[in-house]
Order: sequence, then C-alpha cells, then structure tokens
Amino acid sequence: MGNGTSIGRVRGLGSAKHGVHHWLLQRFTAIGNLLSVLFLVVSILLLPDMSYATVVEWISRPVPAVVMILLVFSTFWHARLGLQVLVEDYVHDHANKFACIAALNLAAVGGIAFGAFCIIRLALGAHA
Amino acid sequence: MAKDGTRNRPLSPHLQIWRWGPHMFVSILHRVTGDGMAFAGLGVLLWWLGALAGGPASYETFSWAMTTPIGYLVLVGISWAFFSHMMSGLRHFVLDVGGGFELKTNKTWSVVCPILGVLATVAFWAILLLR
Repeated sequence: MGNGTSIGRVRGLGSAKHGVHHWLLQRFTAIGNLLSVLFLVVSILLLPDMSYATVVEWISRPVPAVVMILLVFSTFWHARLGLQVLVEDYVHDHANKFACIAALNLAAVGGIAFGAFCIIRLALGAHA
Repeated sequence: MAKDGTRNRPLSPHLQIWRWGPHMFVSILHRVTGDGMAFAGLGVLLWWLGALAGGPASYETFSWAMTTPIGYLVLVGISWAFFSHMMSGLRHFVLDVGGGFELKTNKTWSVVCPILGVLATVAFWAILLLR
C-alpha cells in the first residue's frame, strides 16, 4: 500500500469484505432456526405432558435427538452473529469490543458443546 | 484510538428526531426480541437440556422453577419473543429479495408482523394449557 497518491492511501482500507459472509450466515441459520424451533414447538404441543419420563423418551429418539442438536447449533450460531452486530453497534472502544467478541465466541461455543453433549448423553441412554 | 475520531463530532439524528412509524418499531422489536432470546431463551434451553441430562431430581428443580409465576412469565416472554422475531424475520426475508418496500405495503406489514407474533403466542399457550 503506497502513501504517495490519494488512491494509494485509500487502497486496502474501506470494508473488510467479510460482510456478505456474515449476512448470508445470518440468513442460513435463520432458516435453520425456523425449521428446528418450529419442530420443537409442534413437538411440545403434541407431547402428552412435559414430565421427565415423557420428554426423555422423546428426546432419546433418533429424529428428535438430531433435530435438537441441530437446533442448538443453529440458534447459538445465529445468536452469536446477532450479538456481534449489537456489540459492533454499541461498543466503540477497541479493547472493550475485542473483549466482548472474545467472551461472545467462548459463550457460543460453550453453549453449543454443553447442549449437544446433554442431548447425545440422553440419546445414548446414559440417564436414570 | 477509535474515541479520538468521534470526540466533538456532530451526531447524526437519532430516534427522538424522527416522526415515529411502525417500521421503526418493528425494526427495534426485532433486535430486542432477538437479543433477549439470545440471553434468556438460550439460557432456559440449556437449563432444560442440562436438567434432562442431570436426571429426575434436577428436572424436578427445573419444572418447579418454570411453573412459578416468574417462571411462567419467563416462558411466555420467550415464546412471545420467538414468535415476534419469527414474524419480523419472515418480513426481513421478503425485504431481502427486494419486495415490500412500497410505503403502504411496508407500513402494513410492519403493523401486521407484531400482531401475528402476539396471536401465535396466544394460540400456542391456549393449545398447551387447554388440551
């Protein structure tokens, strides 16, 4: 990047060119959320009750287990993207913004790992 | 630092400058319901899954908490946030493909989406509690 001419100073600045990827992922995960959360909503309405035995029997079955794992992935990813925009809009100090995004990434990955582990544990029969 | 560039700079007109319209409301509602769910909704989701994986005793604690008045308030709030966010999100999909930008159409759907969100929430709880 040169600094002799005005075009030289501008080149390499401007947008980071990653915005479209973020925008698209927000839409892809939105579709994932729409399908998986509606599956959960309909399942809750169709289950006879929300007791431990009923819900464990439901979530241990292959299709509900897989959809619930995908739900955890999709919702946490979507939330991570949405909260990133919130941070970028309202946290202007570089160091604070970095700390917020770092905490957000840890929380999102941690949430996905915990949620998926719980479902897999139930589905593989490791419950009382 | 980022602050140096913004200090003593003129501010762009903010919320209180503009005449309020439903499209402003539905846009803010989309962010509030989305970010609200990111904290409360995903928190309750993980508690629910963790309580299931933890066994009957921990699920008992979860069920007790969620059937207290505050628990119901949280669950109704999360379900309303989901249905509202879903409706305004579907509106965003239409806007994304270039539709619904005509003034009247845009205003109509800005009013209709939050109402559909409330109606879906009422329908969900009515089916759940009255079955």
